[in-house]
Amino acid sequence: MELVFALVIGALTASGVYLLLRARTFPVVVGLTLISYGVNLFLFSSGRLATGAQPILGTTGSYTDPLPQALVLTAIVIGFAMTAFLVVLALRSLADHEDDHVDGHQDIHATSATQKPEETGK
Amino acid sequence: MSLPLVVLLPFLGAIAAPLFAQGGRTAIAVASSVPALIALAALFPHWETLADGGMVLHTYEWLPAIGLSLSFRLDGLSLLFALLILVIGLLIILYARYYLKAKENAGKFYALLLCFKGSMLGIVLSSNLLLMMIFWELTSLTSFLLISFWTHKQDARRGARMALAVTGGGGLALLAGILILGNIVGSFELDDVLAAGAQIKAHAMYPVALTLVLLGAFTKSAQFPFHFWLPHAMQAPTPVSAYLHSATMVKAGIFLMARLYPALAGTEQWFYMVSFTGMATLLLGAYVAMFKHDLKGLLAYSTVSHLGLITLLFGMGTKLAAVAAVFHVINHAIFKASLFMAAGIIDHETGTRDMRRINGLWRYMPHTATLAMVAASSMAGVPLLNGFLSKEMFFAESLQLNLPGYWAWLPPLVATLAGIFAVAYSARFIHDVFFNGKPVDLPVYPPHEPPRYMKIPVEILVFACIMVGIFPALSVGPLLYAAASATLGGNVPEYQLTIAHGFNLPLLMSFLAFFGGLLMYSQRQRFFDFHARFKEIDEKAVFEAAVLRVENFANRLTARIENGSLQRYGVLLMLSVIAVAAAPLADLGVFIGVNGLSPVDSATAIGAAVLILCAILTAVFHRDRFTALVLLSVVGLMVALAFARFSAPDLAMTQLSVEVVTIVLLMLALYYMPSWTPLETATPRRIRDVIIALAAGTGMTLVTLAMLTQPFSSISDFFLENSKPGGGGTNVVNVILVDFRGFDTLGEITVLAIAALGIYAMLKNTALTPPPGDGQGHGWTRDAHPLMLRLIARPMLPLALMVSAYIFLRGHNLPGGGFIAGLITSVALILQYVASGMTWTQDRVPFKYHTVIGIGLLFAVIAGAGSLAFSYPFLTSTFGYITWPVVGKFEVASALVFDLGVYLTVIGATLLALVSIGRLSPHSAIKSPKGGA
Repeated sequence: MELVFALVIGALTASGVYLLLRARTFPVVVGLTLISYGVNLFLFSSGRLATGAQPILGTTGSYTDPLPQALVLTAIVIGFAMTAFLVVLALRSLADHEDDHVDGHQDIHATSATQKPEETGK
Repeated sequence: MSLPLVVLLPFLGAIAAPLFAQGGRTAIAVASSVPALIALAALFPHWETLADGGMVLHTYEWLPAIGLSLSFRLDGLSLLFALLILVIGLLIILYARYYLKAKENAGKFYALLLCFKGSMLGIVLSSNLLLMMIFWELTSLTSFLLISFWTHKQDARRGARMALAVTGGGGLALLAGILILGNIVGSFELDDVLAAGAQIKAHAMYPVALTLVLLGAFTKSAQFPFHFWLPHAMQAPTPVSAYLHSATMVKAGIFLMARLYPALAGTEQWFYMVSFTGMATLLLGAYVAMFKHDLKGLLAYSTVSHLGLITLLFGMGTKLAAVAAVFHVINHAIFKASLFMAAGIIDHETGTRDMRRINGLWRYMPHTATLAMVAASSMAGVPLLNGFLSKEMFFAESLQLNLPGYWAWLPPLVATLAGIFAVAYSARFIHDVFFNGKPVDLPVYPPHEPPRYMKIPVEILVFACIMVGIFPALSVGPLLYAAASATLGGNVPEYQLTIAHGFNLPLLMSFLAFFGGLLMYSQRQRFFDFHARFKEIDEKAVFEAAVLRVENFANRLTARIENGSLQRYGVLLMLSVIAVAAAPLADLGVFIGVNGLSPVDSATAIGAAVLILCAILTAVFHRDRFTALVLLSVVGLMVALAFARFSAPDLAMTQLSVEVVTIVLLMLALYYMPSWTPLETATPRRIRDVIIALAAGTGMTLVTLAMLTQPFSSISDFFLENSKPGGGGTNVVNVILVDFRGFDTLGEITVLAIAALGIYAMLKNTALTPPPGDGQGHGWTRDAHPLMLRLIARPMLPLALMVSAYIFLRGHNLPGGGFIAGLITSVALILQYVASGMTWTQDRVPFKYHTVIGIGLLFAVIAGAGSLAFSYPFLTSTFGYITWPVVGKFEVASALVFDLGVYLTVIGATLLALVSIGRLSPHSAIKSPKGGA
């Protein structure tokens, strides 16, 4: 069971990381969503994998660890807020640059940091 | 109380002084003198204690954890410096009143001057090394502002920057040195450090600490090879030069050496570092001063030379030398401040400081000339003036140095040589300026005496030169004794403060220096010719070039690392993560822990296979964005099932509803974006990214595997035991959220609210025209909203609301709660937007989502604050049972109000985000069906 669970997290992370390194905003958002699934599952699993042991008092004989569940519950909601914010950043960038490249434009060499401060060059 | 007050007063004065700007320069000058007058009055009563070598200590705790305290100490040494700072400061205030022109910003000048004065007093009165360090840095900053007071002058700005770079850099070294000292001693209090001298000197870190501390002192006191900033700081207004660069700030390094003398001095390293630095500075300064045509330049190099003299005296390590050093601090401050003031008067009245043009001023300003000539004679070491006395002591001490063999000749030789130069440049100051023919082409002609009161500070200082020169024991005897006693830790050697010690070797050296100097000046043309053969190094150009090189290097480095490509940052970030995680993972070796693996059932295996497959396919098909999104939604649903499978019903419900909202959100975003991702990354880079991704995935798999197969202990037993008796609920996850960790949840819904408002703000005035079709020639359908969906969606709303109310209410005891109920309500409302369009739905929603967020947060805070009213901590919950007709016995917990806040915030935030995006399109109104149903 543990191996299967670990492989799931690995697959989510690998797919997420690959998409995170793409050049367009939409795949990056999708990649981050995949990574957050993986991270949520990982955090959740720190309470270990238990079957039929939901932490609802009186329903079973033994209970799994409720604390990671509480953490992950809010993490899911916050993760949604983050995804939404990122999507909106992407949309705003698209509106401002008319391009959905992650850098806002495709030529990365247009802005190199070579401006010199006042005076020193004289 | 009086000592902190002395330090604080100038800062208060700095705030107050500019308020008098309306009243003109005189009003500001008068207001600015008040702090110094009060401070002098506050110090006066302590004299009795200090005269016998005692001290006054005022300590207040500040940050005991790091050894920083507000402790102030007044002993002979700090009194001497405090008096120099306060008295010369007063004279400077009077002088500057006439020096500044009416149109100049006197308020700013006096405010800065007072800030500097406060910082300087802070250095000399601090009894905690860290506290002293703070004031030390403050003097660097205020002096930077004072040097660049004439901000329109490029030279002033450059000089100020150079001074700041050198003294600030030294400050860093000093801080490091002080931290090491504090570490050795175990305390930053001066008392402890001074008492631990033997311990410090025996410590292995002593050489490092000493070098660092001396770096701080040498940079501040313009010692070779850091002396170059001082002449360039002469771009400052002359009162600043007179105050900072002769009497006070450049003496801070000297003060530091005197202050830490018992703790650091007396070793070979101290002797060689300090005395040779001092000797080099003494000689170099005296030599260069001779050839400066700028009046202030001459004085600046002379100051460098005299600072070297004092340093050399401290370096000698004998007690008498230390006494002589302290004595020369007083004398130099007096004659050099008066000389700077005189130079300022000459500059003021002639419009230039070039000695090749200023000649024969005796005829135009005999009064000023007399004063300047007395002060310059003191600088040269003419008998009956104060400079003579300390110079005699210096000559005498230079003969006492025990250097091996012929080296013993070096100090007296250097001393005499420097004495010759000093006489020569002093003679030049007198002869070239006041005699030597007629003025050449002066900008202001004819020059005349300055305003009467401008000369008063000079007169007072020159009077002091004579008084100390003739009646040394009477005038400065007690003060010198107290200061020397404090410097040496109480063991003051026998010394005599008299004008003549009879005919001896030091007198012969003075004699040699005097006539040698006059001879040298008379033959000056040969020396000038000799000097002109060497190419002069322009320190400013060297310094600026060095700064430019560092800057260019930094720019190149930045441009190489930070080229603006997010992809590149992503790769670097991932590589660093993998690199950092790899080592501990490799150390782990075995990834399956003691618990081993548990068997897999087939349903779980199939579910996992679907999840893994869809995750990989999402990445594979990512260029077809819609397909990727569909695959992503499958992944999300499988994650929800995974939560359900492993005993987390709350998480499954949350994940399910969040998944719906997320996919709707991404669909909505995709409407505005291209449907296809172009293929623009070259194959090698894609392969590289696949390798990085696989490494990251493998790493996570191994970490998870290692974690899951290890036994663990949790703090959750507490929550399980207290959930029912303490929180009144059986759903432990929900009780943790709204009760045990309610404060965290409050923070989290606040983040949610901020994110939603951020989204709203970011899109408020943005318009995006969606692409006309899917990029493959298919246009969007122009159909109105589908009838079937519309008809099904509308009756769904009340049903969904009922379900969410149920889920909300039962949340405390069964899976559910505010988060989940809020998401269900959101999904139901979103369905209406999808089915019937923006306008139709918006017309029927009677509230703004901002308000919903606000009310939600308010509920949450009120629920928490409610417990405060019953004097329980924030967010303590209470519960009771009531019996309702029909429903029966029913539990009511105050946490329910908090959960209601969560519920409302989730709805408001989710919908505000989605509606903001939906509203982006200028066509969003067209999408709604005409007339509705």
